[in-house]
Amino acid sequence: MQRLLAGEARAAGRVISLIEDRRPERFAVLGALAGRVGRAERLGVTGPPGAGKSTLINAMTRALRAAGRTVGVVAVDPTSPYTGGALLGDRVRMGESGLDAGVFIRSMATRGALGGLARAAEEACDVLDAYGRDVVVIETVGVGQSEVDVARAADCTLVVLSPESGDQVQAMKAGLMEAADVFVVNKADREGADRMVAQVEEMLHLRARRGAWEPPVLRSVALKGEGVEAILEAVARHRRSEEERGGLAARRRGRLLARLRAAVEEIHREAIWADPGSALALEGAADRVASGGADLYGAAAGLFRSWLRRAAGLGGPPRGE
Amino acid sequence: MTEARPIRVLVAKPGLDGHDRGARVVASALRDAGMEVIYGGLWLSPEEIVTIAEQEDVDVIGLSSMNNAHMTVFPRTLELLRERGLGDVLLTGGGIMTAEDMEALGRMGVGRLFGPGSDMDAFVEYIRRWCETRARGTEGRGTCPTA
Amino acid sequence: MSQEAFESARRRWEAELARSGPRLPRFETISGTDVPALGLPAGDPDGAYLDGLGFPGQFPYTRGIHPSLYRGRLWTMRQFAGFGTAADTNARYRYLLEHGQTGLSVAFDMPTLMGYDSDHPRALGEVGKCGVAVASLEDMETLFEGIPVGEVSTSMTINAPAAIVWAMYIANAEKQGVPAASLRGTIQNDILKEYIAQKEWVFPPEAHMRLVVDTIEWAARHLPLWHPVSISGYHIREAGSTAAQELAYTLYDGFAYVEAALARGLGVDEFAPRLSFFFNAHSDFFEEVAKYRAARRIWARRMKGRYGARDPRSMQLRFHAQTAGCSLTAQQPENNVARVALQALSAVLGGAQSLHTNSMDETLALPTEKAVTIALRTQQVLACETGVANTIDPLGGSWFVERETDRLEAEAEAIFIELDRRGGMVRAIEDGYPQREIGRASYDYARKLQRGEQVMVGVNRYADSPAAGDGIPLLRIEPRVETSQRERLAALRRRRDAAAARRALDRVRDGARGHDNLMGPILEAVRAYATLGEVVDAMREVFGTYREPSVF
Repeated sequence: MQRLLAGEARAAGRVISLIEDRRPERFAVLGALAGRVGRAERLGVTGPPGAGKSTLINAMTRALRAAGRTVGVVAVDPTSPYTGGALLGDRVRMGESGLDAGVFIRSMATRGALGGLARAAEEACDVLDAYGRDVVVIETVGVGQSEVDVARAADCTLVVLSPESGDQVQAMKAGLMEAADVFVVNKADREGADRMVAQVEEMLHLRARRGAWEPPVLRSVALKGEGVEAILEAVARHRRSEEERGGLAARRRGRLLARLRAAVEEIHREAIWADPGSALALEGAADRVASGGADLYGAAAGLFRSWLRRAAGLGGPPRGE
Repeated sequence: MTEARPIRVLVAKPGLDGHDRGARVVASALRDAGMEVIYGGLWLSPEEIVTIAEQEDVDVIGLSSMNNAHMTVFPRTLELLRERGLGDVLLTGGGIMTAEDMEALGRMGVGRLFGPGSDMDAFVEYIRRWCETRARGTEGRGTCPTA
Repeated sequence: MSQEAFESARRRWEAELARSGPRLPRFETISGTDVPALGLPAGDPDGAYLDGLGFPGQFPYTRGIHPSLYRGRLWTMRQFAGFGTAADTNARYRYLLEHGQTGLSVAFDMPTLMGYDSDHPRALGEVGKCGVAVASLEDMETLFEGIPVGEVSTSMTINAPAAIVWAMYIANAEKQGVPAASLRGTIQNDILKEYIAQKEWVFPPEAHMRLVVDTIEWAARHLPLWHPVSISGYHIREAGSTAAQELAYTLYDGFAYVEAALARGLGVDEFAPRLSFFFNAHSDFFEEVAKYRAARRIWARRMKGRYGARDPRSMQLRFHAQTAGCSLTAQQPENNVARVALQALSAVLGGAQSLHTNSMDETLALPTEKAVTIALRTQQVLACETGVANTIDPLGGSWFVERETDRLEAEAEAIFIELDRRGGMVRAIEDGYPQREIGRASYDYARKLQRGEQVMVGVNRYADSPAAGDGIPLLRIEPRVETSQRERLAALRRRRDAAAARRALDRVRDGARGHDNLMGPILEAVRAYATLGEVVDAMREVFGTYREPSVF
């Protein structure tokens, strides 16, 4: 833990693994980080495949580094539901920084459970925050609501589109459009960029305003680094606006509540199944439900109560260690 | 509940050569075998390879070398891994290299190397076995632990 | 009507054939019977023959671009070579020229191919390993010392820094007193296939495209005998593509260069006659023959129909072929001699203008002299013993081969439509489209090998020896190459007029910012002994760098 806080990349890499693997040791680790988290500015980047998110993050990283800020990136890509494997290739485009110690990139696979992913990704951001990164970026492919939600767990969420994204935006406009604090139409030197910008602006007009902040629709050509300064300015503007209205505090508070709630559930779930008594009771309950002796929810409630009694005898639900 | 950790492998091409067919085929095969593959891409120096391995906390590094630079790249990568506390990471790979060179690298501590025409599944199996063996040798760790 | 057209085309062909002198007084079989120049159908009642095939040397050139093909002149046997320092390679070239080779083909080392000087940190361990190191005009002078560059034709396999290396070749010729206008040769200079397959680029695609057009324009104006681009499918196939993908991506790359040169304001017939192609000769025999035939037909139709070419040479697809390195095996390497012979045969039956045959030991290391000689002898056996060079397009009219030719053409056309839809090749590359398609094809192939559905003799069937490369001697590059090359370069940097080199590099940088042809400033820079890496760096400051998209 000291090594992490001292800025050792190896330590940060290992701690993220503990979290990603949902190993019991993570509770202690995250506990030790507690006082050091909350300093970093968090950016979420999401959007359909092929919009150029990695390239844009690479260009933003370059600009942030030039401004003297350190950067951490958590890049999330899907796990194959069939094999459990994943091919995480975002580094290729993001890795321009090479040996720059001011850039830390971690690739993460969704590993099936998206709820778990949201927690793991956010905790990985906590690690990079404690590790001393000034800006932490979390990137997800915006193909489903859950992935979009992961990118929303940030102070500012960028939705990146390209002129070719029209169909994808149509297919999932609600989730993706609601998520955005800043829209970026990347590959803006291509045919159809104007149409895409107009399409997004029209959707924004149709939508009820959420507050004082009106998401801007910006253009970029990330491959050439064009438009990146304007994006970072918009992010800063958004931050000031949120701060003035107390939005940032409210947003962080909301996120904290959600995380707490999820953590309570996670601790319980893990504790219940870590108890050998629960596994035994599960088999029995399944027999009763199968034979018509009990209904599903009734049996589940019974299981939960019996675990509570055992746990009370042990002095409360065990903390993972 | 702790889920079994998938094996994490960094697949990369050191040096200047861009012939990435082998690297990409192997990356796909490892993914299909249920591993998490971090594809590092082209033109990486040993320093960059080790930096990625550190950040990504991989169990295995697989390098594909087709341009006769393997006798420089593998030893240097190995040296850096040891210097930076990643001595427990398996360094393996393949490409155009003679049996003699493979043996010499093996004596230095590089894992098995796979020449042209090697069996793709044998490579996958080798990595899986290696990780299992390591896991058995270290109490209290997951399927392929790093903690 | 169509029968009349057929007869008239035939008379035209016969007249052209008669005009081109035959290579032998008589063409006969081993048994002593006459061999006709061409097999033909009895007639062409529906016009399909003239429309789809035509006579050799006639549109759409399916049966070949010359009326006499190899009855006039055999293909050029051009073996690619280069290793170590410029002096080492120079000795090999002199040996080859003394033994009757008329063309040279230069293989550069990886640092040179990537635009790095031999003393750059990234060059560590790679100098002289896969080819010769050329970091400055001085190295080029050494490479061609004592070789009359006005008399040989030189092919240089160089892409990203092609303009600079070409400038060194031109500057060296000038110093030998040979005018640029008389130089003959080829630079590969096909940057699109680098992004698609071989992955040796320096700048973003648009900047590289500009440099390619600069060289096309410069050749058209100043080196009329030079081939400024060799549009290459070879590497696309080596990367694992199918035959149809190789065909389609390569031709589409060609269209992209033509369109870029037209956009520059060049007339199509000013430059198109100097474009040439480079295909892979893989193992599926008939598919390969059909591929070359389809390539000629597609190119001719497109150049005439879409780009308005009038000069027949603009419509004629000339190509070099090389046997498939990826088909060779480290196991039982002697079997590679048989593979190479059959692949070479497909290139000859497909009408290649020049051919490189791979050496049996290439999957293990750089080829030894003995292995190179066997590879060259393989071509000579084909040319002189088998009789396949005595009749033109002998497989033309085979129901199967014609069907394969049509099939490949149709598959290529479908890929063209997809590439058009994606906004052209540069856009498709930026999105990773061809890279992804090739990746899929190569993975499918690997799986088939794994399951034994695709056989590789000596590897997944009829395997015996467990160790690779048993018993065949291998060429090793001494570490001294790297040291001596670094020392040479350091000495050059001390000796040259540093201020002059710096001024010339400033002009390259300014030129890169502007829109004028960069060849002028590049030539000035290499004449001032600015190094390859320095010129590349000057351009990189303006053009930037490029990383490929995720391509899985």
